[in-house]
Amino acid sequence: MFTKKEKKFTLIRKRVPYLFILPWIIGYIAFTLGPLAFSLVMSLFDWPIAGEAKYIGLANFTKMFTADPQFYNSLIITFKFALIFVPLNLGAALVLALLITQPIKGMKFFRTIFYLPAVVSGVAVSIVWGWMFNTEYGVFNYLLSFLGIEGPMWLVDPKWAIVAIVVASAWGVGTMMLIFYTDIKSIPQEMYEAAAIDGAGPIRQFISITIPTITPTILFNVITSVIAALQQLTLVLLLTGGGPLKSTYFYGLFVYNNAFKHHELGYASANAWFMFIIIMLFTLMIFKSSSAWVFYEAEVKKEKKDKKEKKKKREVKNNEDLQKA
Amino acid sequence: MKISKRHKILVYSVLVIFSLYFIFPFLWALITAIKSEPEVFSYPPKFIPDELLFSNFVDAWNSQPFGTYFKNSVIVTVLTTIGQLISCSLVAYGFARYDFKYKNFLFVLLLSTMMIPWDVTMIPLYMQFNMLGWINTLKPLIVPAFFGSAYYIFLLRQFLMNIPKDLENAARIDGANEFQIFYKIFLPIMKAPLTLVAVLNIILVWNDYLGPLIYLQDKAKYTMTLGLASFQGVHELQIIPIMAITLVMVIPPVLVFVFAQKYIVEGISGSIK
Repeated sequence: MFTKKEKKFTLIRKRVPYLFILPWIIGYIAFTLGPLAFSLVMSLFDWPIAGEAKYIGLANFTKMFTADPQFYNSLIITFKFALIFVPLNLGAALVLALLITQPIKGMKFFRTIFYLPAVVSGVAVSIVWGWMFNTEYGVFNYLLSFLGIEGPMWLVDPKWAIVAIVVASAWGVGTMMLIFYTDIKSIPQEMYEAAAIDGAGPIRQFISITIPTITPTILFNVITSVIAALQQLTLVLLLTGGGPLKSTYFYGLFVYNNAFKHHELGYASANAWFMFIIIMLFTLMIFKSSSAWVFYEAEVKKEKKDKKEKKKKREVKNNEDLQKA
Repeated sequence: MKISKRHKILVYSVLVIFSLYFIFPFLWALITAIKSEPEVFSYPPKFIPDELLFSNFVDAWNSQPFGTYFKNSVIVTVLTTIGQLISCSLVAYGFARYDFKYKNFLFVLLLSTMMIPWDVTMIPLYMQFNMLGWINTLKPLIVPAFFGSAYYIFLLRQFLMNIPKDLENAARIDGANEFQIFYKIFLPIMKAPLTLVAVLNIILVWNDYLGPLIYLQDKAKYTMTLGLASFQGVHELQIIPIMAITLVMVIPPVLVFVFAQKYIVEGISGSIK
């Protein structure tokens, strides 16, 4: 039998967890679920900022797919950017992380320098790089001329503007580098030592030990950087404004302009929802593929444990059989 | 692990080359900020100005109400950080230390919010804040922070999951109520991951451009990022004040990072796996 006090206590205990997570639940409804649902509704309307909204069914989506060349243009540009940016950034982050794990003096200094730009991202990045890429006074091409390279017209040349954006955004690779770094650091040294005794060189060690161990982190970085690449906005807005000749008219900018420049809120909602679905599909695909190339320590341990247990059971059974016999 | 001298030289040279890429833009911004006008617009560019005009910083600061912008940025950054620390620690504690109905469902819901593109909720949120009369105030930038962010909650929860259950059970036997357990026992233990959350939030909010761009119109409400961006396009290339203000703006997050470096590295390693 519970006393009255104890009963009251368990009742409170049941409600307490919800009290703790209540702020998030309220926030989720007010700032995520509500807006998400509303945005879906808006995508079915012709919705100007001022004036009356008019229900138009799927017309926004039809317009997007059939009548707006800017939609395809910005989509292709964004994918092109992601295709260059994601592998480049991942590769660079991994190389830098390997570099700063080398047992060499002064590593903390280099680590700080590599991470520093990631701390100041956004407006400052685009402004400083914009100045360095400047066609008339830009120091970037001047430095390249020392190497005997004649620099292109960067931000004014439609062919090179997107490359300039890649170079400027790669400046913030530090965050990803740091994530790789902390993971590589946590690999036990003994594993490498054992491999070295077996005659594995540094490259062999990297392929057989480092890479397989950090696959969960690679997965995390792939997903976050794909999402970030598909949503790139601040840098284009400030660095090129979408130009020259719409060559850097990223999808994020396309949605932003439809909403806040052309004031077509319904159409912009439809655009945004399309990107939402694309991102979900990508994330799902990456996750699906991950079972083939991501190895979790816990899973390996569990498999071993399962095997052990099976073996034990078998032994027990064998013993029982023996005893019966 | 020992490495050969040749290997060492190779690693150092690669490190130095990469360092140039990461550090040179800062350096170039500084060189530009203290040049005179004719020197800025000369080609080939000069690496050491004839005269070091540090007064450019003062002129740049006074060319727009940067005192006000700075104050607004500080208000938004400080208040959102307080909001995130309170809400995220509570929510993460709820998810990490209790079992309750729909817990897993709610947690997956929380994680899924990290995947929603910013553009999808941007328009309805704008209208929502517009209806509340919050446009052109700092409220849309501050208030949501008091309801937590998925990423920080996730990070704190991972930390809290590693603490043995005996801790709160002992406190319960001693007669502490649930909130006291959170406040008196767990909050002090969470100092390190909470510092990480604060640092990440300060860096993020201080640099935020799109939020202020959408919600603020009046110059008196501008944050530093808007003030800096407004140099562009108004007049032809005011490059000296732009570079000077950029450098000023970069100082707070860099300081925060330098002081909290330890927490960043530790916190990341605790949150991914």
